[in-house]
Amino acid sequence: MSDKLLTGHAPHILGGKSVSSIMWDVIIALIPVSLVSIYYFGLKALILILVSMASAMIIEGAFFAIRGKGIKHGLGIRDGSAAVTGLLIALILPPTAPLWLAVIASAVAILLAKQAYGGIGNNIFNPALVARAFVFMAWPSLMTAWSNPLTISNWLADLTSGATPLGGAEHSLFEMFLGNTGGSLGETSALAIIVGGLYLLLKGHIDWRIPVGYLGTAAVFAFFTSKFSFYDVAFNLLAGGMLFAAVFMATDMVTSPTTKTGRLIFGIGCGLITMFVRKYASAPEGVTYAILFMNALVPIIERYTVPKTFGGVKGA
Amino acid sequence: MIMKRFPGGIHPKYNKELTADKPIIEMPPPKKVRLLLRQHLGAPCTPLVAAGDKVTVGQKIADTDAFVAAPVIASVSGEVTAVDSEGIDIACDSTNSDFKGQKQQYSSPEQLRQLIREAGIVGMGGATFPTHVKLTPPEGKSISTLIINGAECEPFLTTDHRLMLEQGEEVVQGTKLLMEACGASNAVIGIEENKPDAIKHLTDICQEHDNISVVAVPVRYPQGGERQLIKTLTGKEVPVGGLPLDLGFVVSNVATAAAVHHAVNLGRPLIDRVVTVSGAVAKPGNVRVRLGTSIADLIDFCGGLDPDVVKVVCGGPMMGQAVDDLNSPVTKGTSGVLAFTAGEVREYEERTCISCASCVDACPQKLLPNYLALYSKKGKLDLAEQYHLFNCIECGCCSYVCPSRIPIVKYIKTAKDRIQRRRRK
Repeated sequence: MSDKLLTGHAPHILGGKSVSSIMWDVIIALIPVSLVSIYYFGLKALILILVSMASAMIIEGAFFAIRGKGIKHGLGIRDGSAAVTGLLIALILPPTAPLWLAVIASAVAILLAKQAYGGIGNNIFNPALVARAFVFMAWPSLMTAWSNPLTISNWLADLTSGATPLGGAEHSLFEMFLGNTGGSLGETSALAIIVGGLYLLLKGHIDWRIPVGYLGTAAVFAFFTSKFSFYDVAFNLLAGGMLFAAVFMATDMVTSPTTKTGRLIFGIGCGLITMFVRKYASAPEGVTYAILFMNALVPIIERYTVPKTFGGVKGA
Repeated sequence: MIMKRFPGGIHPKYNKELTADKPIIEMPPPKKVRLLLRQHLGAPCTPLVAAGDKVTVGQKIADTDAFVAAPVIASVSGEVTAVDSEGIDIACDSTNSDFKGQKQQYSSPEQLRQLIREAGIVGMGGATFPTHVKLTPPEGKSISTLIINGAECEPFLTTDHRLMLEQGEEVVQGTKLLMEACGASNAVIGIEENKPDAIKHLTDICQEHDNISVVAVPVRYPQGGERQLIKTLTGKEVPVGGLPLDLGFVVSNVATAAAVHHAVNLGRPLIDRVVTVSGAVAKPGNVRVRLGTSIADLIDFCGGLDPDVVKVVCGGPMMGQAVDDLNSPVTKGTSGVLAFTAGEVREYEERTCISCASCVDACPQKLLPNYLALYSKKGKLDLAEQYHLFNCIECGCCSYVCPSRIPIVKYIKTAKDRIQRRRRK
């Protein structure tokens, strides 16, 4: 027995979850989409992913080292959150994006969207989406330079420019489900996104209310605005970045509500705004702004969705 | 029987296999005991003895006129060596400490409750609320159902399990007495499904008693919280700020029921209890031990601590208290003495909340623990109260699941203390 006994407070045992274990699980969940993006967009996609992740980690590490006045503080990136941000950024860039664009996006995400607010847990907006909004406004042409997917026989060939389904490219729903279309790295394959999403659901890191609220609202919206066309519903769910965002972006813990009802409302709001932009605005896609807008509403959503306590009255 | 699900809850590693198969063994009376004046929730007792007095086992040595209190009973025979503001020390005369009593007579529920009070019986699941108080329905209210809590959802603890298995008949006899004392017409014994032998044993015994049923309840911490168990068994929620009594229920622990049987049918007041000694000790087990025995003596009886123990907890690992002084005595509420090594109770640095809402999902009281911790930290006590701070049962689920290792329950307790101190001013 040691000389002095610890007197810490209850509970004396803790569960196995930690911030870094969650982040690693998110990275594992993103492996299928990453592999599919490499399959369809070649080595360029792999390099973009590696550069984006490395720059996010290096920038955050350097920030920690400078603020903490010592190299060892840079190890703060071990929690894996910078790696997740870097990976997410790469997955929402077009495959032809130059590498420097990924570096700038990572810097914006880490410095402006995350550390300026006080670091992990304190940011209001999804860092990867802030970065995407920033580079999209600064370099719109680079951010809309889409390309056709490669085939396995010419996997090492250069990418050829092409359109996305939302931009008018003709694809069967099945091709869109597999991911054999133009688009951002991670958004094309519904199959890979669903696999990753199921993993996160199974691990308890995301709540079904956000993706179901988001996609359900979008589906209903599409159904009624297309004169009841099921094709339109399926097309809207599979095209663009909505599915990817509903699973991996809107569900970001830090920037989504903690109340259960709040999560559903948050998802519904994201779905409504995304579909409004798609149908009635001049931009082809509205996912980024939908989620960023709903991020800003999180405190107010939480304020009005305080649950009825056990044996008690509703609200606070 | 309706089986409803209470919200939230967790599945910690139960670690009950360490002692679940170990029959209750009796520890001989120790050389000395220290009986605390406050071993229950409520007013402390005043000593009735002074240093130098001779006492016999079963004798009342401290009491009070306050209603919410239970007297302290000498757990051994011997000589009082010291009396201070917190407790009474007795040097034990071990040859004369066996208790012999006889069946007590009573003719009304009031008299029965008085017998229970005089025996010093309190809730033995850990909350230590005086049992006779709970059994006294206030005017205009009546009790329909007695719920006997055999869930034992705290990890490691197996005292209730062993009691039900080895002294099932006594538990049922005690249940009948409790029903009589509070006027309940029927009783339900709720036992977590991970104790199939105890469920079967009590079900067999209860076949002879039409108005007592045994129900297996799902394994999920905190199933043994009284509000959670009531929800599971009846589908009803105890109102915030209210008591099970408001719904016509009284909840009592199986060990309490057994103690009532001993007190009334054998005339043996509460002088000992069963404690699970487990974790990093040489011989883990379930030990019937005299109240007031020091934790050090109890641990010695179980072969001593492993060399790398850094923490000793009284009670369960979720809600129990760490003790820094092993001379502290076993009290009426000590259900376990658990020893942990450094690897098991690592102390983590608290990190920023990442709003993962794991605590919200785990909270069995449907609170927002994330907000409660935040408001406590920032001293925003009014807001914490608005967010139903006092509906927290301090079960520890939130702290257990928190990936940022925020000691949420500690913050909640701090806020409760501060508000209560402010109210007293």
